[in-house]
Amino acid sequence: MSSSYFKDKEPREFKGRVFAATVLVGTAFFILLFRFWYLQVKEHAYYKELSENNATRLIKAVAPRGIIYDRLGIKIAENRPGFDLYIIPEDVKDWARTKQMLTSLIEIDEETINERLDKSKKRPPFQAVKLKEDLSWDETVRVESAKFEIPGIMLDVAPKRSYVFGEATAHLLGYLGEINEKELKERETEGNGYSPGDLTGKYGLEKFYEKDLRGVDGGKEIEVDALGRKIRVVNWIPPYPGNNMKLTIDIRTQVAAWIALKDKVGAAVAMDPKTGKVLAMVSTPTFDPNALSTGISKDEWKELIENPLNVMNNRAVQGQYPPASTYKPIHAAAALEEGVITPETKIMSGPSFWFAGRAYRDWKEEGHGIINVHRAIVESSDTFFYQVGLKLGIDRLADYTKRFGFGTKTGVPIHNEKAGLVPSSEWKKKTYKVKWYEGETISVSVGQGYMLTTPLQLLNAYAAIANGGTLWRPLLVEEVTTPDGKSVSKPVIEKRGELGISEKTMWHVRDGLRGVTHDDGGTARFLSRTTDLKIAGKTGTAQVSKLIKRTKNVESIAYKIRDHAWFAGFAPYDDPQIAVVVIVEHGGFGASAAAPVARELFKAYLSKAEDAAGIETAPAPATPIPGGPTVIPISTGSPKPAPAPEEAHD
Amino acid sequence: MIDRRLFTHFDWAILSVILGLICIGFASIYSATHIHMPMIYTKDMYWIGIGAGMMLLAIIFSYSYLERFAYIIYGSSIALLISVFFIGSSFSGAKRWISLGFFTLQPSEFAKIALIIMLAKYFNEKLISDKGMGLKDLAVPAVIMIIPFLLIAKQPDLGTGIILWMIFWSMAFVVKIRTRVIMGLGAFFAALAPFGWMFLKDYQKARITSFMSPESDPLGSGYHVMQSKIAIGSGGFLGKGFMEGTQGKLMFLPEHHTDFIFAVLAEEWGLIGAMVVLGLFLALIISGINTAGSSKDRFGFLVAFGITSMFFWQVFINLGMVAGIMPVVGVPLPFISYGGSFLITSMIAAGILLNINMRRFIF
Repeated sequence: MSSSYFKDKEPREFKGRVFAATVLVGTAFFILLFRFWYLQVKEHAYYKELSENNATRLIKAVAPRGIIYDRLGIKIAENRPGFDLYIIPEDVKDWARTKQMLTSLIEIDEETINERLDKSKKRPPFQAVKLKEDLSWDETVRVESAKFEIPGIMLDVAPKRSYVFGEATAHLLGYLGEINEKELKERETEGNGYSPGDLTGKYGLEKFYEKDLRGVDGGKEIEVDALGRKIRVVNWIPPYPGNNMKLTIDIRTQVAAWIALKDKVGAAVAMDPKTGKVLAMVSTPTFDPNALSTGISKDEWKELIENPLNVMNNRAVQGQYPPASTYKPIHAAAALEEGVITPETKIMSGPSFWFAGRAYRDWKEEGHGIINVHRAIVESSDTFFYQVGLKLGIDRLADYTKRFGFGTKTGVPIHNEKAGLVPSSEWKKKTYKVKWYEGETISVSVGQGYMLTTPLQLLNAYAAIANGGTLWRPLLVEEVTTPDGKSVSKPVIEKRGELGISEKTMWHVRDGLRGVTHDDGGTARFLSRTTDLKIAGKTGTAQVSKLIKRTKNVESIAYKIRDHAWFAGFAPYDDPQIAVVVIVEHGGFGASAAAPVARELFKAYLSKAEDAAGIETAPAPATPIPGGPTVIPISTGSPKPAPAPEEAHD
Repeated sequence: MIDRRLFTHFDWAILSVILGLICIGFASIYSATHIHMPMIYTKDMYWIGIGAGMMLLAIIFSYSYLERFAYIIYGSSIALLISVFFIGSSFSGAKRWISLGFFTLQPSEFAKIALIIMLAKYFNEKLISDKGMGLKDLAVPAVIMIIPFLLIAKQPDLGTGIILWMIFWSMAFVVKIRTRVIMGLGAFFAALAPFGWMFLKDYQKARITSFMSPESDPLGSGYHVMQSKIAIGSGGFLGKGFMEGTQGKLMFLPEHHTDFIFAVLAEEWGLIGAMVVLGLFLALIISGINTAGSSKDRFGFLVAFGITSMFFWQVFINLGMVAGIMPVVGVPLPFISYGGSFLITSMIAAGILLNINMRRFIF
């Protein structure tokens, strides 16, 4: 249809205007050609001089990272100004003298200077190279007064990361470090311009939320004189700060946990059982993130990573331990739900249980007598659960254990989370190519043997017990907002699953946990004597070595083979607000080593109501003080924490 | 479908011009990025490969299919543009991309071809009086252009939006607009601009100026242009030599491998290099106009002319911007600037041009 219409009309129809278009094209190209001739031939000398004798220098203006707040809006990571020292190699006249001057003025050796220069060999000309980050006040003054004698040297202010609570939040927030070549390669395609020397989150939330927290760097174009000294800022592309982040962490509980745990090795985690929001996450031993983020010497770093206690390990999500007796309530829930026992079933639970010609001991030398499941949880009877476990069988036990979230990662936003291990006959066949032995069921039934959990997984399970059966995905971030307060993202409360266990069973389990701290003979009875917080929970003592003789005198056993101490619980038991898990590595008994730590977390969180206003208005220290956390008023009502009766430490 | 006669009519000259431009582009991207962003040029090779495949497809199937499927092509391009707002990923504040896993799609690029095809179909079926189109006749095609224009401007991607606008006026012009209307509209827009400016609040003015320059502050874009001019000017007549440029590689020029790639090229190859590139583009555009003039039907004419106008405005605006005679709007240089969707779109467009050219005698 169109072609016939076209045939008689086209030539005359379009010809004139096609010619006009051709003329326009010709003119446009002529203008461009003329312009290039003008720039490249006529004005060549001028631009050549500009390019060779560039009178301007470029310095990156680092964007301040997003500020991190706790759940009540208290700043826990912020930025403070600090001075960086730059050198522009093109402006240096006498290298030997420059290096000599520098080493005498500031704390830097020639080797480091050479290394820095080497690293930035591929930089464009006249771009400044960072020599030292975050000079001390003395160094700044010395450089400032001597800078006219050392051409090519420049000082510039940049935001430095400051962790208000220092070591208390070290494992949670992580630290910053200079981007390495591997990271640089990985992020090349992202397009948001990392260059060598830039800081990036290396660990913890700083690493996980790097994209959110890092802003967009700007730049300064600085006019300099013939000696490369700054005259004025010609051009300024302002940096855009990173997004702010509000955490679910309750800083008061976090600091209380850290103070209680700081001289021990272990982890403490707390969660709101109604939402899965993590309230505290502490791992010890710890490091000083303020020192680490502004650069530490090679020796200091070496000392840190070669520490046999594995400092750079967030035990809350990376430490895997047998849950020991803290596993018994989960076991009890499985047995009750499957009808293997009823709440009334009484079993003879003596000092040891004989199976296949071997004696399996109970922790209590005199045994527990004939008891039901409630007493078995309260007194933490091993022989009771050995017998129930055998009846239930490993695979049914494994099925229930998995429902509580063991054996899979919780999905908390921290890198390198460990998954733990839930053994089953199928798993053993796959891994070891041998069948499951019933004797192994006996070990697993009291949370020993192959069974492994991270403190966070155990917390997740106890939160589910506390709330009646919902397994939450642990949340750390409440909200991410732009610097001007607009919401960017708000993680939603998410279920990992439902336990699918009847409310009646769950009630019996919770009542058992209440009994541990409130009934006579309960393993953590002292918790209800020293506080009125209605804590329910379970102690645990995880065997590290089978060979040791059990004794109350923990100090007499070599550190390495001492048992790990657990406490897992929640409070108040009639309306759980907080669930807590504490592990103290090689701490000995759960009741004496871990439960007192847990008590400090419960206290800090549950007595918050009357003191919340106080902490909110408490001014954050202007400069990071080593051991900063201690400035915050922690203990509330009681002047001195009541000592636990069996406490072996302190 | 493939007629042997097609081979004899195939225009190898246009193809060589395009391949030449792509080679020059790759060399410049390599020079600009191999130190700081070695991933870029490896990725560019993938784009060239994908682009070549798409170009082949655009050559093989007769362009009459384009007319038949015009509504579908146009409709799906609009749908893609809308979907950007829901599933798009944003980068430095602009939502332009749809992530497809291994690469990101920028639907505004494909919208240019869709618009050309849709306008060609519309103008082809429309009977126009000898005097040309009046205001009423322009209403429908203007709406066809305004829909994708608004969606793209909202992303925001002003550069591509301006190209859509220029394509529309070029095609409408060649179809014929009444002289009175041309003059009237010209006077209208000229009068409106300062008048409208006066009524704007300060922050709105700032928003418009920042809208005009993608860097969102005049200092920022002014800086780019100055650096770009220093790079070009210091290149001189013969240039500093391949990979010897210093200015164009400044990390401070974030678009040094995309919008400002020509500055790198002109610094390293001098006026000679600039002339070669200008010559190649001129050859491409002139043969595009010839392809339009010799096409066998009106639809072919309109598509070929639309594509040629797209190339022309991109080249003219980009080089004008790099040389500092036009404001900085984000318009890349066809076949030379880095950008996956952009390169593939340009190669598809060139393929359609070759397609129309080789079927000029086959009815």
